[in-house]
Amino acid sequence: MSELRDLYQEVILDHGKNPRNFRVAEDANRLANGHNPLCGDKVRIYARTAEDGTIEDVAFQGAGCAISQASTSMMTQILKGKGEAEARELIARFVRLITDRAEPTDDELEALGKLAVFAGVREYPNRAKCATLGWHTVSAALDRADDPVSTE
Amino acid sequence: MTAAPAVKPLDPTKVRAEIPILHQEIRGNPLVYLDNAATTQKPAAVIDAVADFYRRDNANIHRGVHTLSQRATDAYEGARGRVRGFLGAAEDAEIVFVRGATEGINLVANSLGRSIGAGDEILISWMEHHSNIVPWQLLCERTGAVLKVAPIDDTGALILEEFEKLLSERTKVVAMVHQSNSLGTVNPVREITERAHAVGAKVLIDGAQATSHRAVDVREIGCDFYVTSAHKMFGPSGIGVLYGRRALLEEMPPWQGGGDMILTVTFEKTEYNELPHKFEAGTPHLSGPIGLAAAIDWIEALGLDAIAAHEDDLLRYGTEALSEIPGVTIVGTAPGKSSVLSFTMDGVHPHDIGTIVDQEGVAIRTGHHCTQPVMDRFGIPATARASFAAYNTREDVDALVRAVRKVAEVFA
Repeated sequence: MSELRDLYQEVILDHGKNPRNFRVAEDANRLANGHNPLCGDKVRIYARTAEDGTIEDVAFQGAGCAISQASTSMMTQILKGKGEAEARELIARFVRLITDRAEPTDDELEALGKLAVFAGVREYPNRAKCATLGWHTVSAALDRADDPVSTE
Repeated sequence: MTAAPAVKPLDPTKVRAEIPILHQEIRGNPLVYLDNAATTQKPAAVIDAVADFYRRDNANIHRGVHTLSQRATDAYEGARGRVRGFLGAAEDAEIVFVRGATEGINLVANSLGRSIGAGDEILISWMEHHSNIVPWQLLCERTGAVLKVAPIDDTGALILEEFEKLLSERTKVVAMVHQSNSLGTVNPVREITERAHAVGAKVLIDGAQATSHRAVDVREIGCDFYVTSAHKMFGPSGIGVLYGRRALLEEMPPWQGGGDMILTVTFEKTEYNELPHKFEAGTPHLSGPIGLAAAIDWIEALGLDAIAAHEDDLLRYGTEALSEIPGVTIVGTAPGKSSVLSFTMDGVHPHDIGTIVDQEGVAIRTGHHCTQPVMDRFGIPATARASFAAYNTREDVDALVRAVRKVAEVFA
């Protein structure tokens, strides 16, 4: 049970049940859809960035397991207000935490802050895609040109 | 009518002892393997038969004059005879070895498919595995034929009246699953076959999920084709069977060309080999049928009637216990269903169920089970699925129920 608690920590269960920023952001200027065809998890990320790249708002819609919902929910909270370079660095850091073979260093964990709770996913490689779905999708959204949001 | 002969009940503990892989711990708990609809575990007798073949008899078949080649050929063709008897086919020539049920369906869709044209119809059911949908969609794309789908009701049973309404003289093929992998529904394949034949359609039954649970007799069903996979019935992966009626297989063109499927080859003309070799191009999976024959021996020693009675007991026991857990809904409740317990839990995604029960040593499948239309039909993205085999015990079911209760605790 202890390992299980490592994975399904209170904060993850809480965000899984009550995801934050779970809404359509009408004024978003970046949009991307993520899909994990293996398990059917779907996420749509809405972001609004300022001229200098600062992320003014991030929101999401979708359906999936507790891990993917919680990870995306916490991501939206943390990315809000970050500059683009800083956001991209954090995305890379989070994906490394989940998928890197090497154990994360204390510095890495500290840089991840609250997100370090997802270290428990490392024990479950078949859940890595759940944890990173939202992050890969926001990365795709940031790659997009400044297009108005379309529903497609 | 005479009374049914008494079935000698299974001793699941003894059966379990014959499966080496089951005797290990997963994350500190004894392994409880309930993912049998995905693949079954192998008895020592099957593992030994395959190993012994490579230790003693391995050689290429049908062409060598040396002793090993003769032994390998005898073992391979002997296995074909064993499969014929198991499925109740009339002759060995009607048993074609393929990679699995999927390849068997693709063979028929491609070869029989040559006689299908624009406006012809292929009729399947809503509960088909993707392997009995996509080959027919490909055929329809090639030929302009139309795919028709017979609906299922809220229990997951085929709606026979709707099925009948979709049958017409345009229906050329009816392809139907014998037992649903995601719902456990057992289709009335004899009745389906009779009605399909009445309009002149050919019938293919996908038996991948059936052959380890129930006695199958292809002549009693009356179907034209029957496919199954060895790995779902305690045999090796990568080997399966296509049964086809001789008259049809004779008419059908070869699907793949190569060695062993020919009698003579010149650059002008090639004469094809007789059945079933016409459909077995190239060196086949030599040890596969040998492992499958050992699996059939193992199944028959237990007795399919005894296996069915045992699994029905586990299914009843498990359905009752799981249903008592608040928030659990069983998906697939058709009367007469077999060996599959699909379920959802309020507020918990099936993948989270799967991970938490794995922590307790319990292996189940979570996801859409390659039946996305079934998931759409029930308006759910996925289910958690426990599926039983001959070696499962009531203690396995207890472990599942304990683990699912733990899920409820974590997500409370």
